[in-house]
Amino acid sequence: MGSYVLRRVLQMIPVFFGTTLLIFVMVYSLPGDPVTALFGDKAADPAVVASIKHTYYLDQPIWKQYLHYMGNLFQGDFGTSFTGRPVSDIMADAFPVTIRLALMAFVFEMVLGLALGVLSGLKRGSIADTLVLILTLVVISIPVFVLAYIAQTVFATNLGWVTPTVQDSYDLTQLVLPATVLGSLSLAYVARLTRTSIGENLRADYIRTAVAKGLPRRTIISRHLLRNSLIPVVTFLGTDLGALMGGAIVTEGIFNVQGIGNVLYRAINQKEGPTVVGIVTVLVIVYLVASLLVDLLYAVLDPRIRYA
Amino acid sequence: MNTAVDTAKREREAPYEGPLLDVRDLHVEFVTRDGVAKAVNGVDYSVSAGETLAVLGESGSGKSVTAQAIMGILDMPPARIPRGEIRFRGRDMLTMGKEERRKIRGQKIAMIFQDALSALNPVLSVGYQLGEMFRAHRGVSRAEAREKAVELMERVRIPAAKQRVNDYPHQFSGGMRQRIMIAMALALEPDLIIADEPTTALDVTVQAQVMDLLAELQAEYNMGLILITHDLGVVADVADKIAVMYAGRIVETAPVHELYARPAHPYTRGLLDSIPRLDQKGQELYAIKGLPPNLLRIPPGCAFNPRCPRAQDVCRAEVPDLFPVTEEDGTPLEGRGSACFFWKETLHDR
Ligand SMILES: Nc1ncnc2c1ncn2[C@@H]1O[C@H](COP(=O)(O)OP(=O)(O)OP(=O)(O)O)[C@@H](O)[C@H]1O
Ligand SMILES: [Mg+2]
Repeated sequence: MGSYVLRRVLQMIPVFFGTTLLIFVMVYSLPGDPVTALFGDKAADPAVVASIKHTYYLDQPIWKQYLHYMGNLFQGDFGTSFTGRPVSDIMADAFPVTIRLALMAFVFEMVLGLALGVLSGLKRGSIADTLVLILTLVVISIPVFVLAYIAQTVFATNLGWVTPTVQDSYDLTQLVLPATVLGSLSLAYVARLTRTSIGENLRADYIRTAVAKGLPRRTIISRHLLRNSLIPVVTFLGTDLGALMGGAIVTEGIFNVQGIGNVLYRAINQKEGPTVVGIVTVLVIVYLVASLLVDLLYAVLDPRIRYA
Repeated sequence: MNTAVDTAKREREAPYEGPLLDVRDLHVEFVTRDGVAKAVNGVDYSVSAGETLAVLGESGSGKSVTAQAIMGILDMPPARIPRGEIRFRGRDMLTMGKEERRKIRGQKIAMIFQDALSALNPVLSVGYQLGEMFRAHRGVSRAEAREKAVELMERVRIPAAKQRVNDYPHQFSGGMRQRIMIAMALALEPDLIIADEPTTALDVTVQAQVMDLLAELQAEYNMGLILITHDLGVVADVADKIAVMYAGRIVETAPVHELYARPAHPYTRGLLDSIPRLDQKGQELYAIKGLPPNLLRIPPGCAFNPRCPRAQDVCRAEVPDLFPVTEEDGTPLEGRGSACFFWKETLHDR
């Protein structure tokens, strides 16, 4: 097990360098000159532009820029944004918001997704099952932004329960609606995955054995059926936690949540290399760690899987 | 301690004269998309304490479905039981309440399945799965259940049981897994065990060990045993009597040695002739011609008639009852029956 974890961590190193380099190259090859753009309509003084470019290393060839960036990164320095704020400050403001949003979405999709999945899995062909199937199909087929606008219209405009956009991103109650929208797609997947998995396991031989042992129905379901059926669902949920953090761009934009997604969106528009690369780097690390944890969790849940 | 309690409880139970299990005119159907598949069409058999009944027949003849109906583990729907009785100690289990039925399962009647690897839960330790019997039916503590599990594993001769009690099914060999299944069935010392092809998935050498263990434990606890198999070799050593099934019906019953010596049904004859024998080495093996009938469209008359070398018009018109089989002079043969209009001819002209 220990050597497996070590191997996985070592494998992360090339992945880490590869993705950061890729992002780096992509951001810096975006059309347009970010520094000139900073001046807007005003004609920029070429000397000033040159000096700004020099401070941000933009006058260097790209491989030098990358090495310089990486060198700083390993000293814990994410660089400075064009506005002069350290990128680490910007992230320290935005990440907690996104983490909260993602966690709320996660709890929502997990609790409700599992409940609906178990219900429809156990009562296949019932009205409840059909309803769950239709509902989840609708959620899956509607794009997130449409869902977000529907939610805004219904809960803000029609019912007036909330403001259409989030006023204070640190207020948890205001994050409920965006989190619900953010988690809804995964909720539909969790419900369907749970349903399928329960359906498959219900027919398994070991369930027949459990019945033949004369176990009470509730023991059969909780000890034998769910324990096995939830293995693929837990894996999905684990990977999704990483995806929720990176995938909040659209939702954060529509609801004006001041999280990573919004910052990233703005940074890309303004070709703010340091901010984009910094955020994506952190997201990549989050994703890599999450997938390692999922694999380890998998081994805990399924004793047949042993990593050596 | 607990075993003493169990024994005491057993003795307090009203002694029941007559067979432990008595199946009468059992019918089981499956409602499928293509129609109603009649898997069991009027099965009768009975088992007494200490007795071993072997149920024999080709694949699809309804052996497992009958067993599942007895255990009460058929999925209904698609299965339904339009007719029949399954009496356990004189009481019809088909008319019992769900909860009463559940308490019989595992405690009074236990089942051993063919493929122990898939029949055991892959994510729970064998100790847990064995101990669960005591926890669910006897309400013992987790620690005590674990101890019981170790005892059971020792009982079925799993080496180093104490160290292995927390292992998972996939960590055991096929033979050991099947012995764990046997241990699970034995846990609460049931009156009757149904073993559905308990050795089919095992190596030949291991088959014999597992079968011997099962027979030994059965004798020790004086249990009734229904042994489902298509291996005629296994049957000869352990069974007292045999029921041969074809298309969901019992076509012949007989004490084991008599059936081997003098079958009274052409189907049994065919089965026996298709066993490879040493003295016929080199000769081509006999096989019953044709295929078992489609259960959606069982032929009229005797279901075996399209494949039967003796079939006459009557076989295509009427369904034969299970006729009592006698000697040529009319002396009844105890426990023998054949569902063939020409049982006399089959029995006598070999
Ligand atoms: N759930 C089901 N739905 C439809 N048909 C079924 C179902 N279960 C069993 N059957 C049918 O019932 C018939 C009898 O099956 P059964 O399993 O009892 O055969 P068997 O004698 O045990 O054969 P084998 O030796 O292969 O185990 C088969 O033709 C099978 O197709
Ligand atoms: Mg079978």
